[in-house]
Amino acid sequence: MAKSAPTDRKQAASENGVLALAGAEILLKTLEDEGVEVIFGYPGGAVLPIYDALFKNNKIRHILVRHEQAAVHAAEGYARSTGKVGVVLVTSGPGATNAVTGLTDALMDSVPVVCLTGQVPTHLIGNDAFQEADTTGITRACTKHNYLVKDGDVLQQTVAEAFHVARSGRPGPVLIDLPKDILMGEYDYKTVGVAAVAKQRYVPQTRPDAEAIKAAVAMLKRAERPIIYGGGGIINSGPKASALLQQLVDMTGWPTTLTLMGLGALPASDKHFLGMLGMHGTYEANWAMHDCDIMLNIGARFDDRVTGRISGFSPKSEKIHIDIDPSSVNKNVKVDLSIIGDATTVLEMLIAEMKVQSFAPHEASLTKWWKQIKSWQKINCLGFDQGADVIKPQHAIKRLCEMTQDRDSYVTTEVGQHQMWAAQYFDFEKPNRWMTSGGLGTMGYGLPAALGVQVAHPDALVIDIAGEASFMMNMQELSTLAQYSLPVKMFIINNEWMGMVRQWQELIHGGRYSESYSASLPDFRKLADTFGMVGLVAEKPDDLDGVITEMLATPGPVIADIRVAKEENCFPMIPSGAAHNEMLLGPADQAAKPISEEGMVLV
Amino acid sequence: MSINEIIERHIISVLVDDEPGVLARVIGLFSGRGYNIESLTVAEVEWSRGLSRISIVTSGTPMVIEQIKAQLSRLVPIHSVCDLTEMGAAIERELALVKIINDGDNRIEALRIADTFRARTLDSTLDSFVFEVTGNSSKVAAFIDLMQSLGDVEIARTGVSAISRGNRIDLTAK
Ligand SMILES: Cc1ncc(C[n+]2csc(CCOP(=O)(O)OP(=O)(O)O)c2C)c(N)n1
Ligand SMILES: [Mg+2]
Repeated sequence: MAKSAPTDRKQAASENGVLALAGAEILLKTLEDEGVEVIFGYPGGAVLPIYDALFKNNKIRHILVRHEQAAVHAAEGYARSTGKVGVVLVTSGPGATNAVTGLTDALMDSVPVVCLTGQVPTHLIGNDAFQEADTTGITRACTKHNYLVKDGDVLQQTVAEAFHVARSGRPGPVLIDLPKDILMGEYDYKTVGVAAVAKQRYVPQTRPDAEAIKAAVAMLKRAERPIIYGGGGIINSGPKASALLQQLVDMTGWPTTLTLMGLGALPASDKHFLGMLGMHGTYEANWAMHDCDIMLNIGARFDDRVTGRISGFSPKSEKIHIDIDPSSVNKNVKVDLSIIGDATTVLEMLIAEMKVQSFAPHEASLTKWWKQIKSWQKINCLGFDQGADVIKPQHAIKRLCEMTQDRDSYVTTEVGQHQMWAAQYFDFEKPNRWMTSGGLGTMGYGLPAALGVQVAHPDALVIDIAGEASFMMNMQELSTLAQYSLPVKMFIINNEWMGMVRQWQELIHGGRYSESYSASLPDFRKLADTFGMVGLVAEKPDDLDGVITEMLATPGPVIADIRVAKEENCFPMIPSGAAHNEMLLGPADQAAKPISEEGMVLV
Repeated sequence: MSINEIIERHIISVLVDDEPGVLARVIGLFSGRGYNIESLTVAEVEWSRGLSRISIVTSGTPMVIEQIKAQLSRLVPIHSVCDLTEMGAAIERELALVKIINDGDNRIEALRIADTFRARTLDSTLDSFVFEVTGNSSKVAAFIDLMQSLGDVEIARTGVSAISRGNRIDLTAK
């Protein structure tokens, strides 16, 4: 309940570790306690008290986006490139509903985000008040957890718990709905003791069962054709998990593949790295998954984009699944052994136990296995022919990668062919450098995510590898980049098509290109110009290096319009409903192996 | 049919914080992921700590049942989840209030059957009864079936509540 707080009471309170403050002030103080430095947000009536408190606050920086969806993606980019929780602040009603796509994206990709939404005052809730939406109802299915704060006395506790839930266990988005009267009323803020209590209710298992570790090592010892299959869980666990993965790979000499979300967990240059696996993964990674005898899954979730047809997925292997989320185990693929825990802790214990049991790889079988893998690698599944006339999208990304190798670069993408080409042709040497919308596949993710990354790393090179159609889904954020002088480089792979849609229409709908052409595109150079940015265009292969050089040399934001081959398809490809050993390598295969009817209904 | 395709009926009990939205969270999980709910009951069981117990009767393949439990366990307001079917002999009860409108021989027969089912008569008029019957779901269903053949019937059922036998406490707060 709101209390009146005369100054003498304030005085007295501060002496026993309690301060009487307005709800909005308690909120900001609790954010400070949680180490929040930046909020991505957009104001409105219901959150004005928070904006007023922000006006007087000099510890928390607010980045004003141009659309609430972008605020969430920016927070995701911030979170994934730093390992910290990203924070979003939006108003009630439309502010909250606009955030829904971002929240769903963060849920699917396990990104720690706390989203603060304004709400109409408690006495109006349920009355269809102006800008009222049932925000906790709407977001229940797209958050890890959410709260409606109806009592100001639990505000501080709730915010602290929200951060704990967002960052612990399998990370995810948490939403706090804040009625305006709660923000304006006065309540107690406690200077001590809140953080510990906030951790009591949600206690995910992070330390694995020691017996499971022993059993895993016993299995690993038998491996003759092993594979390590790593995912986003390694990234989420923190850079130490990636270092431990490197150690494990060096110890065993085992081939390793990574999911879209896991790229960077092992340096792309490591000789054991087979590239990404899955629908557009490499030939060698998918075949090695198919033919292996022991599969060690670390922090990946057997997503359908990775497994292909389940009945044909790695039929000969025994599978070990390390995951922090017990609900990921045996969901899509039945495994032989599960280890529940945080990737860092599990890898530490696993490596220690391997040493105890004096683990040694089976040299002879491993040599044979690598020989087999090398023969798959010889196919050169990512080969392409650049030619002299048009820029191949693969070539554009490859050159971008080569020309930025000496920089500490962060890459985000939109969704489509360019995203897959970025995953295939851009090499990531470190974790937290690659931000893409994997689970939800959200077009419009890349630009705001890049914005968030750049806020977190002001001096780093941040590139959004974009498709022209996706780019237009959140291009209002150009204005945000301009306002804060965020030097994001937007590298648009412009094929004038919703390329991925066009590819599927070619493959399974007889080339009827229904509504997939990117008509009436803006002149991206002029668009850059209106926001005071540099716009560049590469039309011919000979222009490409020059444009990339100029883009990299420009201190501010740049839109580079890379006009690429319009009808290029993304290969290799495991068509929907097919197994890893049924990949299409290129257009010739595509004609020879038509897609099954069961495959047609899959997405 | 492989073991993975056999559909099993399970009674799952969960102890939850009695807070707004908790039931919606549980039900939303079932509907969102396409799991079955045959019945669901909820009531507060520990006033001092604000805990409620939800009993869910569901069905699915063993893999789905495992998923349901894992998914429930990761909801923040859930303290513990227990699969009473897996634990073995659980006691399962539900209560039904059955109103029957009839006369003549059917009326006498209804009363006789109610007696064999140990149903209590809570209300009677010259041409109606309200019976209260408790038991496991199949007993309640059998009683309702019989009543339906003897007159016009209206039914209110509570759904299943269940607890394990023996001296073990299955659901504890965190
Ligand atoms: C918000 C949203 N709407 C629709 C889709 C479906 N979709 C997937 S890829 C794609 C086309 C993307 O086109 P573009 O950004 O130009 O990338 P390209 O495939 O041409 O590289 C579409 C429409 C999506 N992923 N996200
Ligand atoms: Mg395109």
